[in-house]
Amino acid sequence: MKTWRITLRLLSQDWRSGEFYLLASALILTVAAITAVGFFTDRVETAMARQGGELIASDLALESSTPLPTEYVAQAGQEALATAGTIEFRSVVVGEQGPQLVQVKAVDAGYPMRGHLKIRDGFDQPDREVGSGPSPGAVWVEARLLRLLGADLGDPVALGKSQLAMGAILSYEPDRGGAFVALAPRVLINRADLEATGLITEASRAEHRLLVSGEAAAVERFKKRVLANLPAGVRLIDGSSARPEFETAVERASRFLHLATLVTLLVAGAAIALASHRFVERQTDAVAVMRCLGAPHHLLMRVFMLRLLLFGLAASLIGCFLGWGGQLGLMAMLSDWFATDLPAASLSPVLVGVATGLVALLGFALPPLFQLAQVSPLRALRRDLGAPRGSAILTVVGAAAALALLIVWQAGDLQLAWKLLAGVLGAVASLVVAVLFLVHVAGGLAGRARGVWRLGLAALARRPAGAVLQISGLGLGILALLVLAVVRVDLLRTWQESLPEGAPNHFLINIQPQDVEPLREFLSASGIDEAGIYPMVRGRLVRINDHAVVPSDYANPRAEQLASREFNLSHGVVLQSDNRILTGDWWGEAGASPQFSLEQGVAETLGISLGDQIAFLVSGRELSAPVTSLRQVQWDSFNVNFFVIASPALLGSEPATYITSFFLPEDREAMIPDLVRQFPSVTLLDVDALLSQVRQVVERGVLAVEYVFLFTLAAGILVMYAGIQASLQERRLEHGILRTLGAGRRTLLLSLAVEFTAAGVLAGLLASIFAELTGWLLAEQLFALEFSFNPAVWGVGVFGSGLLIGVAGTLATYPLLIRPPLQTLARAA
Amino acid sequence: MSKAVGLGKHVNGPAGGLTILERLDLEIRAGEAVAILGASGSGKSTLLGLLAGLDSASAGEVWLCGQRLGDLDEDGRAALRSGRVGFVFQSFQLLPTLTARENVLLPLELTGVRHAARRADEALERVGLIPRSGHYPRQLSGGEQQRVAIARAYAPRPEVLFADEPTGNLDQMTGEHIIDLLLDLRADAGAALVLVTHDPRLAERCDRRLHMQAGRLEPGP
Repeated sequence: MKTWRITLRLLSQDWRSGEFYLLASALILTVAAITAVGFFTDRVETAMARQGGELIASDLALESSTPLPTEYVAQAGQEALATAGTIEFRSVVVGEQGPQLVQVKAVDAGYPMRGHLKIRDGFDQPDREVGSGPSPGAVWVEARLLRLLGADLGDPVALGKSQLAMGAILSYEPDRGGAFVALAPRVLINRADLEATGLITEASRAEHRLLVSGEAAAVERFKKRVLANLPAGVRLIDGSSARPEFETAVERASRFLHLATLVTLLVAGAAIALASHRFVERQTDAVAVMRCLGAPHHLLMRVFMLRLLLFGLAASLIGCFLGWGGQLGLMAMLSDWFATDLPAASLSPVLVGVATGLVALLGFALPPLFQLAQVSPLRALRRDLGAPRGSAILTVVGAAAALALLIVWQAGDLQLAWKLLAGVLGAVASLVVAVLFLVHVAGGLAGRARGVWRLGLAALARRPAGAVLQISGLGLGILALLVLAVVRVDLLRTWQESLPEGAPNHFLINIQPQDVEPLREFLSASGIDEAGIYPMVRGRLVRINDHAVVPSDYANPRAEQLASREFNLSHGVVLQSDNRILTGDWWGEAGASPQFSLEQGVAETLGISLGDQIAFLVSGRELSAPVTSLRQVQWDSFNVNFFVIASPALLGSEPATYITSFFLPEDREAMIPDLVRQFPSVTLLDVDALLSQVRQVVERGVLAVEYVFLFTLAAGILVMYAGIQASLQERRLEHGILRTLGAGRRTLLLSLAVEFTAAGVLAGLLASIFAELTGWLLAEQLFALEFSFNPAVWGVGVFGSGLLIGVAGTLATYPLLIRPPLQTLARAA
Repeated sequence: MSKAVGLGKHVNGPAGGLTILERLDLEIRAGEAVAILGASGSGKSTLLGLLAGLDSASAGEVWLCGQRLGDLDEDGRAALRSGRVGFVFQSFQLLPTLTARENVLLPLELTGVRHAARRADEALERVGLIPRSGHYPRQLSGGEQQRVAIARAYAPRPEVLFADEPTGNLDQMTGEHIIDLLLDLRADAGAALVLVTHDPRLAERCDRRLHMQAGRLEPGP
């Protein structure tokens, strides 16, 4: 009771007197940033997943080669989710000029649940978007089929026992993305017509899909429920696993976002540390007096802990509120970017925000608080005793523990977290050593300098501990600004450039070997650059070392899917420019021994390591070879890429079809009919829609990251302010004395300018080094992007920071100079 | 009731060991006002700190309110001071974030006194500062701040009051007013007063005067 009464009294006074302002600002900012990003990513990731959902025309799809149990529809209904079914199979349509092999998809009225279909009402008509499939009695067909049948829209066509009218040209299905195998022209019918065709029986070979859509949390619950008891032969597909191109973009966007949050957290952490230090310093006298008045040590500790906790809680809640407002602002800004309504944010970011605030506060402020417990009551009598020195180890351990916890939590990736933490601690340690060295140099220079230079440089050298704290804080602030101003721009630009304007938007598949050269010439004559024509051999993975591959052995649905399907294998000598060898070596010559190179993600999913002997079943023969390299593939480059590539010695003699991709500007689409006519066996896939979806994710991601970096900017400014404030109390006394001794305002002002500019230059120099290192590490290690050193960093870092800190510091301390010396001395006493 | 026997204090400084107090004996009786005079650096404040249990002696023993301080740890000494010992400092030492009234309330709340608010108001009334009880220290003059400090020292009705140069930061007239207040309140509470000062006129008004010289105490005139 006593503890609570005293705590609440002190707390309310702290709040009113402004004692906590700096600490509160730092804390509120940290929590606001974390919460805003939490709310934001919560909603955007769901939105992005939905965008991914367009690729499967729903939020989630269940797929099976036999009819799906009806219980799934009932389960989805219990979660208030909407469902629609599709059945896809091969068949034959018969037109006036005879039969033609087609790929039929029969769809429910609710299809597509996400995204739109695109159809044309004639060869010369533009595409138009529609929200549902054909009505009963109608069939929509690919333009190719009309040509092959020599028919026109409106003509009847026989499908099984039914006669249907060809109602529209089908240009685009959102969920057709991965269907490279669908070589026959596609036709879309209403599922209500399916039974009458008599084509589908229990034993028919068909792909049944149940599409599910609705509220994100409900979809997640349904997914968990289904996964918990997924029968063999049923596969679950969600948006993010639909296409690797999309997955990479979403993954990068979310990495950028989390990274931006982490940077904010680190910089704001420095502000919290500086502010806590100052707060504790200012409490020293109060503790000494309370000790004199008989307050026992444990009571004081309890009071201070409780005070810190309550303060932390209040500041965190304010931060959460601001964070919520922050993401609302962003949502308003981006509302027209999202095709669908964004799902409401959950409350979990509030919990994360409050917990982050408390962990950060306790980690950074508890060690200096323990230092308060050491204050001697004698200090009330003798000011010369000074504040007790804190344990450096305790401070570092406290801060490191808090940072570690927060980084692991925020990054959600243990390896990334440790790397970051090691980087941060290393940076702080080198910062401290470098500052100590530079301060020592400044001290040496001060001895030789005269006038204001001597005063200014000596002021830096006189308080090495204070200078380390101040310059490290300023350095971190400048670092945040540099990362914000330069490195961020470089990184984001590189990201955007990874998907250049001319990224391939068309794929040609099923190219026969004899067509390769004529096609190359045709494209070249049409002024189109193809990004390489690659052989493609289909094969099923059958063995990893001595173990036969059995799809049902894999718990991971994606692995099961990979193991049960045929891979598109390729062979070649030159490593594609958007591939990077992570481990092992690329063979690089035509005569290399039989071997495989695997994409890292697929190797990981299937549990294949470098050196493993794997075998594929190709045209009835088992081809076995070791895995000699793992590659990282930039899927969002939209070039043709392969999970598995073999050396020519292994696959070169196998019958192959070829594949290529190219960029076709909109005004050149007229060449398509020629292409189709000259190469009738070739299938053309237009991925423009998918490409623009990925591009949208990138652009949206960039904008979101920019926004989150605003918090970093604020944290950077705050840490600089805290750095300047750190020495204000001491300065007050010093200036009072110097002015009493006759130092003119101009002299003091110039000495201040020298001191702060020197601190700014030192901080800027160190920050520039770390900014370049950060940029390089992030680009190379985290985002797999090329990084180029930027001379602007040094210009902005060193000169900009000297100027900024010089001016800001001098202005901040200027009020000390305009007050009469006596008043300044009285306030300092 | 409070006394020091063979008290010594040595410190190790950069220039070697330094003896501040040496074999010092002193007894303070209940309700007695004792002034300790001496030049700057003679060890007056060190003695005050030792007598009040704010510091540990290098040699000898100190009894405060009848309790031997050597038997107590830091928290034990704090508990002993709580409510039974009052302080008035030269630089007032009011908590800047608390109002005058809250500063006076603080020792009462630390001690867990009942009706603390009423007691604080009484103390403030006694020093004539009720109208300014809601003001913060920075809004008060030096004399007013010291009056708040006196109210804070007396509010728990202590047995011993230690005052370290209570008029050192005040002009003469204010100083005299503060001394009147200090002695009046001491008389009211029946507390002993240990007053460290270099002001002979202030010392004059105490029951006994002791001179501090080279770490030893000598009876004054």
